[in-house]
Amino acid sequence: MDTPLDSNEALRAVTEGGYKFGFETDIEMDIAPVGLSADIVRLISARKNEPAWLLEWRLAAFATWQQMEQPKWANLAIPPIDLQALHYYAAPKKTAGPKSLDEVDPELLRTYEKLGIPLRERAILAGVEGAGERQVAVDAVFDSVSVATTFRETLAAAGVIFCPISEAVRSHPDLVRRYMGSVVPVSDNYFAALNSAVFSDGSFVFVPRGVKCPMELSTYFRINARNTGQFERTLIIAEDGASVSYLEGCTAPQRDENQLHAAVVELVALDDASIKYSTVQNWYPGDAEGRGGIYNFVTKRGACRGARSHISWTQVETGSAITWKYPSCLLIGEGSVGEFYSVAVTANHQQADTGTKMVHLAPNTRSTIVSKGISAGHSANTYRGQVHMGRKAAGARNHTQCDSLLIGDLCGAHTIPYIEVRNPSAKLEHEATTSKLSEDQLFYCRQRGLSAEDAVGMLVNGFCKDVLKELPMEFAVEAQKLLAVSLEGSVG
Amino acid sequence: MATRAETSLLGHFTAAADAARRDAAARFARHGLPTVRDEAWKYTSLRALAEVDFTPAEAGTAPMPDLPVLRDLPDMPRLVFINGFYRADLSAPPAWAKPSTAPDLTQVAGEPFAALNTMFTQDGARLAVPAGMDAGTLLLLTLTIGDGAGGKAGAIVLASPRHRITLGAGAALSVLEITAGSGSYLHNAVLEVALGAGATLRHRRLQDEAERAFAVATLYADLAERATYDALIFTVGAALSRTEAHVALTGAGATLSLDAAQALAGRQHGDITTMLSHDAPQCRSRQTIRNVLDGAARGVFQGRIDVARAAQKTDGYQMNHALLLSPLAEIDSKPELRINADDVKCSHGATVGELDADQIFYLRSRGITEAEARSMLIHGFLAEPLGVIEDGPMRDVFDRALLRSLRTGAA
Amino acid sequence: MLEIRDLHATITTADGQTREILRGIDLSVPDGEIHAVMGPNGAGKSTLAHVLSGRDGYEVTAGSAMLDEQDLLAMAPEERAAAGVFLAFQYPVELPGVGNAHFLRTALNAQRRARGEAELDAVQFLKLARAEIKRLAMRDDMLKRQVNVGFSGGEKKRNEVLQMGLLRPRVAVLDETDSGLDIDALRIVAEGVNALRAPRFSALVITHYQRLLDYIVPDRVHVLAAGRIVRSGGPELARLLEAEGYAAIEQAA
Repeated sequence: MDTPLDSNEALRAVTEGGYKFGFETDIEMDIAPVGLSADIVRLISARKNEPAWLLEWRLAAFATWQQMEQPKWANLAIPPIDLQALHYYAAPKKTAGPKSLDEVDPELLRTYEKLGIPLRERAILAGVEGAGERQVAVDAVFDSVSVATTFRETLAAAGVIFCPISEAVRSHPDLVRRYMGSVVPVSDNYFAALNSAVFSDGSFVFVPRGVKCPMELSTYFRINARNTGQFERTLIIAEDGASVSYLEGCTAPQRDENQLHAAVVELVALDDASIKYSTVQNWYPGDAEGRGGIYNFVTKRGACRGARSHISWTQVETGSAITWKYPSCLLIGEGSVGEFYSVAVTANHQQADTGTKMVHLAPNTRSTIVSKGISAGHSANTYRGQVHMGRKAAGARNHTQCDSLLIGDLCGAHTIPYIEVRNPSAKLEHEATTSKLSEDQLFYCRQRGLSAEDAVGMLVNGFCKDVLKELPMEFAVEAQKLLAVSLEGSVG
Repeated sequence: MATRAETSLLGHFTAAADAARRDAAARFARHGLPTVRDEAWKYTSLRALAEVDFTPAEAGTAPMPDLPVLRDLPDMPRLVFINGFYRADLSAPPAWAKPSTAPDLTQVAGEPFAALNTMFTQDGARLAVPAGMDAGTLLLLTLTIGDGAGGKAGAIVLASPRHRITLGAGAALSVLEITAGSGSYLHNAVLEVALGAGATLRHRRLQDEAERAFAVATLYADLAERATYDALIFTVGAALSRTEAHVALTGAGATLSLDAAQALAGRQHGDITTMLSHDAPQCRSRQTIRNVLDGAARGVFQGRIDVARAAQKTDGYQMNHALLLSPLAEIDSKPELRINADDVKCSHGATVGELDADQIFYLRSRGITEAEARSMLIHGFLAEPLGVIEDGPMRDVFDRALLRSLRTGAA
Repeated sequence: MLEIRDLHATITTADGQTREILRGIDLSVPDGEIHAVMGPNGAGKSTLAHVLSGRDGYEVTAGSAMLDEQDLLAMAPEERAAAGVFLAFQYPVELPGVGNAHFLRTALNAQRRARGEAELDAVQFLKLARAEIKRLAMRDDMLKRQVNVGFSGGEKKRNEVLQMGLLRPRVAVLDETDSGLDIDALRIVAEGVNALRAPRFSALVITHYQRLLDYIVPDRVHVLAAGRIVRSGGPELARLLEAEGYAAIEQAA
């Protein structure tokens, strides 16, 4: 039957043009001096009242980063980034965290309202079939510091810890010390090292043994301060038999200057644990001439440490001027499962080099990759994915489906898989196709009365269906809107 | 820091050589042998070559070596090169061919082994088929004799033939190319192919080099409008080999079929790299690559299809299949699509697996031993690409090589 | 009323040549009537259907096509659809990932919106769609499936008739809807069309064979050959064609 996912209203609502989420919020900022040095690292740590071990960790990361160079292998033209011209700390001026929503800056609440984010005690999302009273906890990250958190009690009753990582550093130092940096080592790559040195804040989730998290967790990121580098750090741990679904979505105000975002997300799944991580990314992509826009250089990795553990990444990437992002799975536990579902849309002058790594290190591990790339305008869209099956990966399986759709003849669609198999009983299938948006399909839709833009939106959503159906319902609707919006004007 | 191989190669280079060779040497001196840090060589390490002394081969009069692949060769016009030099005494050239020529170095490409070839090449076949002529079938035999064939003790022979095949408009030619040898050596060949409008080249290449050999072949092909290049590359020999094909479809409506198969065992390393440029509209390319890897063999396939903005209506297809027969065998595959035109149909695929247990059981239930069943299935897997070779003496050469490789290695 | 006057259309072939396919079509289909257009392969039957519905790739070099005083040729395909032109495709297109119900409701509401009518909500739409499905002896899961994906030839054609029934066009152009149908499917499709017969509905049934016309009895039959209507008559003309072949008619014309 007709689901909200298939809602015509959703499509129509967004065909009104332009980047709608480009506004600024006027909130007083506490901003660190520009530039990056060991002193700035110390200042960040001091402002956040961090324990000594964390300062040492940051300083070691900073020292590592200083030895590294920005990677050049991606199929991206990245303008030089002056990291010394950025601010590395910005926080809304608050002396203490708010006790309830009433204490949250009303301006911020209005901002979320404009974005359509349900920041309420009980988020009942309209139009979700059969969802009833669906609960979504929101740990909102406004620039760098969390300023509003809900549902603590419900989660606490279940034993789930969901809080800003800056708070977890103080309240659960053992957990943070044990896991932070264990999936993405400080020295993993240039941007991960940078993040480790200066990370501002992010979410911490811990789901104890046997607990199924009673609600979906979501965090909305928003870049809002001029020249503020964003260095979110998220850590999610699911103990034996635990499960959790985490949603992340972002929009950013429109501006001319490029902004850097270099987040690190680490997931750890122990025996029989399951983590689902969904992202809708719609940061400012720059204008039609390619001016401005966010640089999104993200390191996301999950470790399936336990037997039969399961990590699933789903992403819809429509925003950012440049995207460099490979959510990956290390399949260490026997029989563990990794999944990657991705839609990446590039229009105008956007560039994306995104994909995944599935590293099979144990017997009977399985992975699935479904990637849908859509290129329009003058954009360049690269899928880069690695499937590695090690000597111990007996009976491992991978299936990869990687499709590219081209809209217009000035864009590029590139597919670069790396397939490495070291075990004879491992089985791998990789399929990739590239084609243009079909004239026949467009005409068929228009003959039935759809406008060209609605037809494109419908066909593109159909092309992406295998990925969109992996998203939680409320995200799926938003994602559909984003796809249609980001391709507006692509077909003349 | 230069490796011993690089030092020895540069040491043998004569500074007085002409400009093209000097440029090549300068480039080689600058970049040296590629390493796994070079994206194009990510999966093929040349460390085994690094500490070897090389000596460029010299012309000689050695008799035809007694190699299995040379027995029962079909009776057809043939050109024989030994250690990179033409051997008139062993050849039976067709009237239209110029069997031996000082290589034309005007089109020197930048690939590292092509540069090395440019530095040292002395001889090669020049096969120019005039427009409209069907030149029939030709056997091109390139042999390298490693042991005692010149050079100081402890050094390995470097053979550097450079062949060129040019077909005029509407011309046709079939080439059966066999490369083989004995002992230790580096056979570093360059083959240039230029096909005129509507020309058709059928190219069947059998690489059956010696067990201890290093073999690198760099192929450059350029296809004019409606030209057809139908190539099959079959690799069974060498300790380490790389076959690198650069094919440019520069004329509208050109067709490329580039199939490859390799059957490797022991510690063999075989690399098939293809770089296709679809530069003109309405071209079609088809590639199917099959790897059978036993022992601790390592197979590499890198395939790249570039589609230029002008190349509308491109139809490109590429498939890489690998069968791993042993716990120590490895396959690395990197099939790339880089597409800059919108009205195209391109796809690639890859499969990796072992022999199908159900198929083996089916055969055994019919009374066939497991070993026979495995051999039968492997043969079937590899024989499929050989199916494009029309029955006859040419096909027999490949079938025998396949059977030999199955006996010695796989199954 | 659909009125086609002196319609000329050309295509540009792959080798850059311009070829005239329609060479002056004159045809009027009054409201409430069903007309058949028959003709040999290459006569221009499908071109006529495509030109009327506004498909790219044809150039109209002369003539007009009017529906109720509206100039169809000046309109975008979706505007023609909203004006009431429905093309039942000879080869219905597959839309992977697009649900049939979503597609149909989007199309119906787009048309209703364009005509200034109220849109249907999901409940109203479902009621309508289920009734139509029942009438066409189709399975309910038709609505859940992706548009034409994995449909048999017969299912695709029935899906076209289902769409027609839901969208209620002023003029339906059926482009060889009978091709690939077995006799049962043919009867169902014909019944679907016959059921739409109404004073404000007309249809142009394009077919190569007389077979379909046993089930959809046309008010008029036109023979199209080499881009022109060469003969028109009553239903008996179709039987004559079946008996004597196109060659005889063309020669006589």
